[in-house]
Amino acid sequence: MHEVSAILAIAHRDFVKLLRDRARLVSDFAFPLIIIGVLGTSLQAGFGTPGGFNLLTFVFTGVLGQTVWQSAALGVISLIADREQDFSQEMFVSPISRYSIIFGKIIGESLVALPQALAILLFGFLIGVPLSPAVLLALLPVAFVVAIFGGAFGVLVLSNLKSQQSANQIFPFVMLPQFFLAGMFNPIENLPWFLDILSRLAPMRYAIDLVRDVYYAGHPEPVRVALLDAPTNLAIIAAMFGLFMLAGTTLFVRSERNR
Amino acid sequence: MIQVVDLVKRYRKAQRNAVDGISFEVDRGEFFALLGPNGAGKTTTISILTTTLLPTGGSATIAGHDLFTEASEVRRMVGIIFQRPSLDQNLTGEENIRLHAILYGVHSYAPAFRLMDAAYRRRVGELADLLGIGREVFDPVRTYSGGMRRKLEIVRSLMHDPKVLFLDEPTAGLDPPSRRSLWGYLDTVRRARGTTIFLTTHYLEEAEQADRICVIDDGRVVAYGTPAAIKAELVDEYVVVDADDRPALLIELTRLALPHSGAGPFRVPLDGRRTHEVLRSIETPLSVVQTHSPSLEDAYLEIVEKPRA
Repeated sequence: MHEVSAILAIAHRDFVKLLRDRARLVSDFAFPLIIIGVLGTSLQAGFGTPGGFNLLTFVFTGVLGQTVWQSAALGVISLIADREQDFSQEMFVSPISRYSIIFGKIIGESLVALPQALAILLFGFLIGVPLSPAVLLALLPVAFVVAIFGGAFGVLVLSNLKSQQSANQIFPFVMLPQFFLAGMFNPIENLPWFLDILSRLAPMRYAIDLVRDVYYAGHPEPVRVALLDAPTNLAIIAAMFGLFMLAGTTLFVRSERNR
Repeated sequence: MIQVVDLVKRYRKAQRNAVDGISFEVDRGEFFALLGPNGAGKTTTISILTTTLLPTGGSATIAGHDLFTEASEVRRMVGIIFQRPSLDQNLTGEENIRLHAILYGVHSYAPAFRLMDAAYRRRVGELADLLGIGREVFDPVRTYSGGMRRKLEIVRSLMHDPKVLFLDEPTAGLDPPSRRSLWGYLDTVRRARGTTIFLTTHYLEEAEQADRICVIDDGRVVAYGTPAAIKAELVDEYVVVDADDRPALLIELTRLALPHSGAGPFRVPLDGRRTHEVLRSIETPLSVVQTHSPSLEDAYLEIVEKPRA
């Protein structure tokens, strides 16, 4: 009970921080809107439906998955900033499990990612992405799963970093390639073999594919868009989540105490 | 309460030990000061004792719990005020306190102050009033002065009723009035709760109030004991006397059983005697009288300013 309380309190803190940080609220919403609004509509205008499916909805679902996943991952990495401001010391001297601290942080950052998901859905609706109420309802829990998964990935990245500066430097290399490897706005069905291997290793791929599973179940296209079915994606996500949490937390705690 | 034996810490890639085999004990309810210059190993020691850092060697227990195998029990019993404030600037004072109280399992989570249990609300009020931040406790920490932040950290650290309160250079960056009132509050807390206080500082006058002092330099213990004992050990008090009739003075010093050294002038260690008594007992007319009586501060500076080997 104590651990649950602690997890809730840590998550609560992150959410409160978001609400008080106007600049972050604005920047959180700006990027996905630009991608969907500019890229999605221009791709659709330029190429139409080359793969047999609507590019706007393809980019829309990709951005939804990517944004939520990345937001949670980045949020968890903010534990580094906490460390630099000496706030994480306060958490790490407390008698709760290290896993609870990390898990509370993941839940908190996932809650922070959810308003972004809502904003993207609203924006999609405004620019004419078909969204039935059933799909809308189903996408919210999916967004939460995706966020938690992204948070766990953040823990893994975090455990190998020393400072916020190194986090800023490494992030383009960890995140940007995944935009393409995960098929955020480009189909990845026919990649050359080496890119295909990398793509299958990119965790974001399964997050985006799960979003597409759910979206295209409600709004079918003439061809199959998602690569794997939802249960398979969920199973892969669960396995990766467990691995990231275990390895990430262990490494993080070790590097904190074994200086 | 705290036992430390041969503690060693060498940071990764470091050339020498930051803490190099220190040992000491702290009793229950004691006010203990770990004194030393910057870089002596104080923060390293306190990080190990609060379980955020693993040592390279040695052992340590707090209230019988091993620091390394029973870290969770130890964490429950200790409170710490870090060298640099570790408050969340985005939250109000009360929100910082609330997070702490929940992390330590003292109270259960509720999303707002009004929804927290009555015991919590009463306690926050009492402690905040005690430290004189009763009105500001609901303001964002961002708006606090340095002194108020320290007070808030004290309130926070007392929420789980720690048996040992660690303070790592708590007065760094505080102006003299805040510094003085901080000591006043700590004293109040100690009397009211019997909390063991473990202080690190590089200010001698702060350590002089302690029951026991451990002076470290370069990761090693240089002196250890009560302030009086340390003073006796470190401070060399003596009088130098001489007379035109040196043989007579020498005979008299021997007759009076006053220890002395030198062939004239003679150095007479005081060993607790008063200078005045020593001088009055000597009847031979003196031509030279010099007293040597450094303060504890002089002695401390002598230790920490000596060139490193």
